[in-house]
Amino acid sequence: MIQEFKKVWKPYTIGLLWLLGLLWPLLGIHPDGTLSFDKTFTVWLYITVGTFICLLLYLMNKSGSLDAVSRPLAGMRETVGQASSKVPNWVWIIILLAVAFSYPFFTGRYAQDVATNVLIYICLGLGLNVVVGLAGMLDLGYIAFYGVGAYTYALLNIHFGMSFWICLPISATLALIAGCIIGYPTLRMRGDYLAIVTLGFGEIVRIILNNWMSLTNGPNGILGVKPPSIYIPSFENGFSLELFYLKKLHYLYYVALVLAIITIIAVRHLNFSRIGRAWESIREDETAAELMGVNTFKLKLLAYAMGALFAGMAGAFFCARMRFVSPESFTFLESAMVLSMVVLGGMGSIPGIILGAAALIVLPEVFREFEAYRMLAFGMAMVVMMLFRPAGLIPAKRMGTRGEEKEG
Amino acid sequence: MEYFIQQLINGITLGGLYALIALGYTMVYGVIQLINFAHGEFFAAGGYVGVILLSFFTGLGYMETHPILCLSAAFVLTMGYCAFLAVGVEKVAYKPLRRQSRLAALLSALGVSIFLSNGLMLTQGVYDKAYPSELFQGGIEFGMVTISYLQMMIVGMTIFLLFGLNILVFKTKIGMAMRATAQDKVMSSLVSISSNRIISLTFAIGAGLAAAAGIMVGLYYGSVRYDMGFLPGIKAFAAAVLGGIGNITGAMLGGLIIGMVEIFGAGYISGQYKDVFAFIILISVLYFKPTGIMGENIDDTRV
Repeated sequence: MIQEFKKVWKPYTIGLLWLLGLLWPLLGIHPDGTLSFDKTFTVWLYITVGTFICLLLYLMNKSGSLDAVSRPLAGMRETVGQASSKVPNWVWIIILLAVAFSYPFFTGRYAQDVATNVLIYICLGLGLNVVVGLAGMLDLGYIAFYGVGAYTYALLNIHFGMSFWICLPISATLALIAGCIIGYPTLRMRGDYLAIVTLGFGEIVRIILNNWMSLTNGPNGILGVKPPSIYIPSFENGFSLELFYLKKLHYLYYVALVLAIITIIAVRHLNFSRIGRAWESIREDETAAELMGVNTFKLKLLAYAMGALFAGMAGAFFCARMRFVSPESFTFLESAMVLSMVVLGGMGSIPGIILGAAALIVLPEVFREFEAYRMLAFGMAMVVMMLFRPAGLIPAKRMGTRGEEKEG
Repeated sequence: MEYFIQQLINGITLGGLYALIALGYTMVYGVIQLINFAHGEFFAAGGYVGVILLSFFTGLGYMETHPILCLSAAFVLTMGYCAFLAVGVEKVAYKPLRRQSRLAALLSALGVSIFLSNGLMLTQGVYDKAYPSELFQGGIEFGMVTISYLQMMIVGMTIFLLFGLNILVFKTKIGMAMRATAQDKVMSSLVSISSNRIISLTFAIGAGLAAAAGIMVGLYYGSVRYDMGFLPGIKAFAAAVLGGIGNITGAMLGGLIIGMVEIFGAGYISGQYKDVFAFIILISVLYFKPTGIMGENIDDTRV
C-alpha cells in the first residue's frame, strides 16, 4: 500500500494545489479591494479531507488491506445472489408489483408525490435509453419531446376540453411525429455532431414555446389544465355514468405506475426483439451493421421516434399532474438530468435506469439541506462514473467492448 | 442604410467574439477529435474572473489612475486562469478517457460543463454580476452611425489575438508541433513531440482565447451570469462547424458569419428568435456540407 501511495501522492498533491489556485480567485478577491483566505481554505480543507479519505480507501482496497472487510462482504453478496437466483424471476416481479401497488396505503402525501416523480422519470429515462443506450446516439434535446407532449395535452384540454385518455395517444403521436421531423435531417450525422444538433433542436423548441405568445402564452405558461378523469357508474336515479376527476395524489400515482409499467414492458420487448438487436449492432459498429444488411437510417429514425413517443406520453401525464405547463420545465438541464439517470444507471439496462431514476430523484429529497449542490453533484457523478464505471451501476448484459477509438 | 451599417458594425463586434470562442472548439477537435462541451464554461469563467479582477482594481482605486494597465492586467490574469482551469479539466476528465469510446468522453465533458457552471453559481451567486461601466464611455459618430470606443477596443483586441494565434500556429516551432500532432499523433510522437503536452497546450490556448472573449462580452453587455456560457458555446460551436471543424481560418470566418447572421436576423427578421438563427445555420451546414466552408483543404491548415 505504501508503494501504491508513493506512486500517486505527487499528482494528487499537484492536483490539490491546482484546485486551491483555481478556487482562491473566485472566493478570495473582493470588489472592495480586499483579499481574504479563510473561506477558500475552509472549502479547500473539506475537499482535501474528503478526497484523501476516498483515495485512501481506494488504495487500501486495491492493495488488499481491506480484505478483512471486503471478503466476507463479497462472500455474502455471492450467497445472497445464489439464493435469489433460485427463486424464479416472476416471483420477484410479483413482489415488486405488490409493493408498488400497495405503496400509497402506507405512505403520506409527500412520499407519494416523490414516487410519482420517480415514475415519470422512469418513463423518460427508458425512452432516452432506447436512443442513447440501445442505438448509441447521444440525444441532448430529448426534453423537447416531453415538452411537445405536455403542451399537446394542455392545449387540447384547454381549447377543446378533450380528456386525458384521448390526448395521451395524441400527445405520444405528435411527439413521435416531431421526433421524425427532427430526426430525419439530423440522423445522418454521427456521434458528436448529433449531440450538438439535438441540443440545438431542443433549444429551438424551448425558444418557440417561450415566444409564440398566441399559442402557448409564452413564459407565463398555461394554467388550469384538467387532471385525468374516469367515468364511474352511479346508481342514484337509475343508472348513469359520472365524470370523476383523479385529483388525489394516490390516483395520479396509479396512473403514473400504469404508464411506467407499459413503458417498461414496451422497452423490454423492443430490447429483445429483432429491432433491439439491430439497434445494438448500430451502436457497436454502424458500418458493420450496414454491411450486414441492417437498414441503419430507418432503424435510427425508429429509435429516435420511439424515444420521442415515450417522452410525449410522460409529458402529457406531467402536464395533467401539475395542471400547469410552462417552458421553464423543458430546459437543457432537464435533458442533462434524464441523461445522467441513463448514464448512472447503466446504458441499455432497464433495472439500472429504474435505479438511476430513483436515486437521482430520491437522494436530493433526502439531502434537502444540500439542495444547492445537486447539479454540482450530478456533474461530478457523471465524470466519476465515466472514469471508473463507464457501464453504469447495473450494467446491461449485452454490451460490446469495442469502442470506435480502439482500432486507431 | 445607416441602420444597415450600424448593424454591420455590431455584427463584426459580435462575430469576432464568436470567432474567439470557436477557435477553442476547433483546435481541441483538431487535436483529439473531442467536442469540448465545457468550453462555454471556460468562457463564462473568464467573464467572472474578469469582473472579479476589474472590481477589485476599482476597489483599490487603480482603475481611475491607470485604466489601461488594469485592463491589460485583467486580460492577462484571466486568460492565465482559464488556461490553468482548462489544463486541469483536461488532465482529470479527458485524458484518462482518451482510449475509451467517444460517448464516454462526450458524457464526461458534459458532466464537467454542468459541474463548472454550477461551481460558478455556488461561488458567485445566482444573480447577474455587473461590470464596472466607467470604462469606455462614448464613441465616434459618423452621421447616424456610432462606433463606441468599447466596440473599437473589442474589435482591436480580437484582431490582435487572432493575429497572434496565427503567428503562433503557422510561424513558430510550437505551432508546427501542434499541426503535426493534429495530423498524425503516432508519427509526431516518433519525432519526439510530446503529444500529451501539445494537447494540454491546445486546451490552454483555446481556453485563454475564450476567457478574453468572456471579459469582452462582459464589458459589452455590462454583466455576466453563471449560465452565460451555454448559448454562446453552442453558437461558437456552430461557427466552428460552419468553417469546417479543425480548421483555424474557417473558425474565424465562421464566427464572423454567425455573428452577422444573428445581428441581421435580430434586426430585420425577429429579435425574439435571434438565438434560433445560429442553430438553423448549424443544422443546414451539417446537412448540406458537413465539412464546412473551408473543409476542402482540411489537411493543410488543421490544428
